[in-house]
Formats: sequence, structure tokens, C-alpha cells
Amino acid sequence: MESRIALRGRIAINQNISYFPKYEETWTEVNYKNKGMRDKRVSLKEAAQIIKDNDHVALGGVQYSRVPIAMVRELIRNGRKNLTISRALMSFEADFLIESGVMKKAVTSWLSGAVTYGVSPIVRTYVESKRAEFEEWSNLAMGFRYMAGAMGISFMPAKILLGSDIIKQLGLKTMDCPYTGDRYVLIPALNPDVAVIHAQRADKFGNTQIDGMNVMDVEMAKAARRVIVTVERIVDNEEIRRSPELTKIPFFVVDAVVEIPYGAFPFDCFGCYEPDHQHFRDYYSGFKTAQSVEENTREYIDKYFLKPETFEDYLELFGVRTIIKHSIGGSK
Amino acid sequence: MKGYDSVEIMAVSAARALKDGQVVFAGAGMPLIAAVAAQKMHAPSLTILFEVGAVAPIVEIGRIPSSANESRSAYGSVMFPTTTETLLFCHRGFVDVGFLGGAQIDKYGNLNSSIIGSWDNPKLRLPGSGGANDIASCTRFMVVTLHEKRRFVDKVDFITSPGYLQGGESRREAGLTVGGPLKVISNLGILGFDSEKGEMVLEAVHPGVTSEEVCENTGWDLLIADDLKVTEPPTSEELELFRLLDPERRFLKVK
Repeated sequence: MESRIALRGRIAINQNISYFPKYEETWTEVNYKNKGMRDKRVSLKEAAQIIKDNDHVALGGVQYSRVPIAMVRELIRNGRKNLTISRALMSFEADFLIESGVMKKAVTSWLSGAVTYGVSPIVRTYVESKRAEFEEWSNLAMGFRYMAGAMGISFMPAKILLGSDIIKQLGLKTMDCPYTGDRYVLIPALNPDVAVIHAQRADKFGNTQIDGMNVMDVEMAKAARRVIVTVERIVDNEEIRRSPELTKIPFFVVDAVVEIPYGAFPFDCFGCYEPDHQHFRDYYSGFKTAQSVEENTREYIDKYFLKPETFEDYLELFGVRTIIKHSIGGSK
Repeated sequence: MKGYDSVEIMAVSAARALKDGQVVFAGAGMPLIAAVAAQKMHAPSLTILFEVGAVAPIVEIGRIPSSANESRSAYGSVMFPTTTETLLFCHRGFVDVGFLGGAQIDKYGNLNSSIIGSWDNPKLRLPGSGGANDIASCTRFMVVTLHEKRRFVDKVDFITSPGYLQGGESRREAGLTVGGPLKVISNLGILGFDSEKGEMVLEAVHPGVTSEEVCENTGWDLLIADDLKVTEPPTSEELELFRLLDPERRFLKVK
């Protein structure tokens, strides 16, 4: 990997928004890359090395959908520290990232054990005692942040957050439109250090096709300094070229491609497999019997992420019957 | 079919408040049930949006999703826009009504789904805004909630989603020139908002409920409409439909 270029012009607008680079910097960061259509296939381990301690990492998918859990697991195994993680909404993966010490700060609009379970005991414990931070935006604000980042501009004017306590908490600025006089909040761009997207397929160059809901993944990838795509299947370039309308992220945006079937399981990957809801029910019922909330999540991390040596060993814990059962549902 | 409970009349009232031809944000739970019921009853061309990115999913009796965030739960949609695009439909003005909830609501319809206590000294961390702030900022919204004193507070601990802020012109002065709270539908009655003060007004009580009972469960001196009405009880057709939609009461939970 090329060494990261020196980041100039990082202006802290307040303690909650860590950096706010100027156009020349965000432009240069992607422009300096080798953009040739070259083979970018790497192992999960190699891809994980792109992510450094203290980085801002954006995760694609949402809630039960296309969560890049294989990479989350790898980061936990690597003992990555003090990451800021952003997504549209956060769910179960936040528990594992917080308790393992990988994530120190969540930048998102909503953080809960899906809709069913409410805020997880782990998130409450860590956030209420300030051992982890939850920087709260609205869902569209996160969308605007990635979108501005993807456009290379530093903010987006919007008619949201005005008058709320979110705007005060974040210290965002407002502006009256020089044309109409209308008041807007200025949503700062977000250019993550790394975006990790789990998709159905890509070719070895990184041309990535995402089926079903795309959430904010495409804007997130275009905004990020580096992009790791994990996929169910690497396909021939010819297959991509037969249906270019399905391609959502072109190769020059992508830095690494990892083929990792079931890389989102027990979350879903539309068309491939459905979420294993029983798995999450079991995880939540563990909070009732464990000696402490930390213990329940630590045991999960130990059982699923640390003990199994390989991702195949991890999948074996679910068992072939469970995986096939959810794949049949997903193929309909 | 005479017997019904207060949660059922709340859900029925929510469905009745929707009009044919509207585009509504209806998340999983009671809002989705109410929107689907409205489609089956009086609003066949009502369009449901899922915030995560689905336009006009077909939600059928017997397959109500418990989460609206997966592609498969948005069966039959005409489009899967991105989440940003979907919320931008609301920003642009294409959405008529959004359903919102929260741990606290105050007299101006401000909602808190972020934190109980203060930001620096939280007693309880809640899930956060999600798209609620976006919907509250850019469209008219309805709140369907149980009527409890700890929920109906004089002043919310944190304004996640703006109602009429501090009342009067304050919402407009903050730059929010469209939208705002339309109705609050509780298990005790239906509340609207005074057009000048921006303050909540009790407009109707459900059958068997007194205005005193509503006031007792509200954390401020509640305004009561001069022509206070009584909600029409649910018809047997309405009750039958809701019981088909949610036979196990997974969504219309009785407290």
C-alpha cells in the first residue's frame, strides 16, 4: 500500500467533528491513487491492514442487511483500537465493536438492537458511563454528509436539524441563502478514511454490483479515501460488462476486493441469504442470564470472533443446516 | 364485536387520520399497521415509504414485517431508492404525513428520542433520531403514543425532532417554514395544535374517557377544545381488519 499522503488543512470545527478538510486535500487524496484497471483481489487479512488504529471507518448496509461482519470480525481479531465508525443506522455490530475496544466513537443517526430489542445494554453501559461516544446526527444528515463527501464539497445546505438540540450538540452552523434569504443548516462533509462495503458481486478490478436496497453505500464509497469491498462472489469482468446498469461502484473507486461467501451472515445479503433472527434472539436472551452485560457480549466475541481461527470455522458454528435454511429463503 | 381496548382504538384512530392519495412514512410497528389498514379501508391509493429505501411496498395481511430495513420486507416495491434519496423525497415536499414516536413529547409537540437526563449527564440513552428529525423538519407528522405523565412532559429533556419548538412563531423563526405536528393520537384521545400558540389541544376523547383523566396523565395544564368530541368507537369491520393484520398483538401491544 502507498503511504498515506500528509493530511493538510484539517480544521477542527468543534470537538465533535474531528476534521474538515479543504477541497484541494480531498481532491488530491483520490486523485493521487493508481486508478488503473488492475487486479485488486486480496485476502481478508490483507484488506484489514488498510485500516489503522484511530481511523474513521464507514460500514455499508444497515441493521440486518449486508453488514460487513467478516471484516468486523477481522478488526476485532486484529485488536484494532480507537476507531470511529459511521453508518446510517447502527445495530448489533456496535455491541461487538464497543466491547472489543475497536470502536471508541459511533457517528450515526440511530443505535439500537434493531427495532425489536431497543438500545442494547452494552451500548447503554458504555455510552452512559462515557466509555464510548455516540455522536448523533439524523439519518438524512448522514446521507448529506456522505453525499457532500462524494461530491468533494465541504458542506451541504439543508432544511433539517434546525431548532433541534442535535444542531446545538454538534455545534453546526447555519446560513441565510444569499438568493432567497431562507435559513439553512450547513451539514459538514464526511470523508471516511476507509469504507467497507459488503456486496453480492464484483469483478477482480472492483466493479461492484449491489442488489436490493443500497442504503448509503455508494455515496459512502465515493466519499471515502480508501474502499474495501467484500463480496459473496468474484465474477468475470465479462459478466459485469453484460449488465453495466447493475454496477453501483466503478473500479477506480475501489482499493481492495475480498471474496468471502456468507461474509454478512447471520445478517442478510439480499438474494443470497436472509438474516438468522433466532441467532439475535439468543444473543439478547443471554443478557438476562449473564453475570454482567459485558460478560454476555464478551462471551459472544470469544465464541464467534476470537476462538474460530478462520471465517469457515466461524460459519461452522452456525452449522450447515442453519446456513442452508436461510439461503433457501434468500434465493426466493 | 363490541369489546375493544384502548390500544385498538388508538390504532384505528391513526388509520382514520390518513387520507387517500397521501404519501406516508410508516415505520415498522403500529404506524405500518395503521397505514396498511387505511389502504384496505378508505385509502386504496395511499403510498407507504420505508425510510431505508422503498417506495410503495405491498404489505399483505399475514406478512407484516417486524423490521422495514431489509429488501425482502419491502416486497413488491416499485423502487428501492437509496436512504438519502428516500428522505430527500420528504425534503423536496413529496411526503404528506410521517409517523413519529418518542420517549417524551411536550406541549409544543417536540419529541425526544435521544436522551433522558442531560447530554453530559445521561440517565438513559435512547436510540436516537434516525430519520425522525428529517421527517419532523420537512413534513407534517403524527404521533401515536400511550398517554402517560412521564411521556407527556412540560418540556422534553432533548429536542430530537422539532414540533412548534417554543410555540408561537419560533418554529418558523428557526428556519422550519414547512411541516410540523398535525395530531397526537393516544390511547385516551386525539390532540391537535392551536394554530397561533402552537400548543397541544385536546380535540377528542375516546369513548368512556373523561377530559379530567387525560389532564391527569398530562404533565402540563392541557388546553381543551370548546367543542370537545368523542371518538367514534371502532366498527366491527375495523376491529376485524386490525385483528387480521396483527393476530398475536405483536405490534399493537397491550401494556
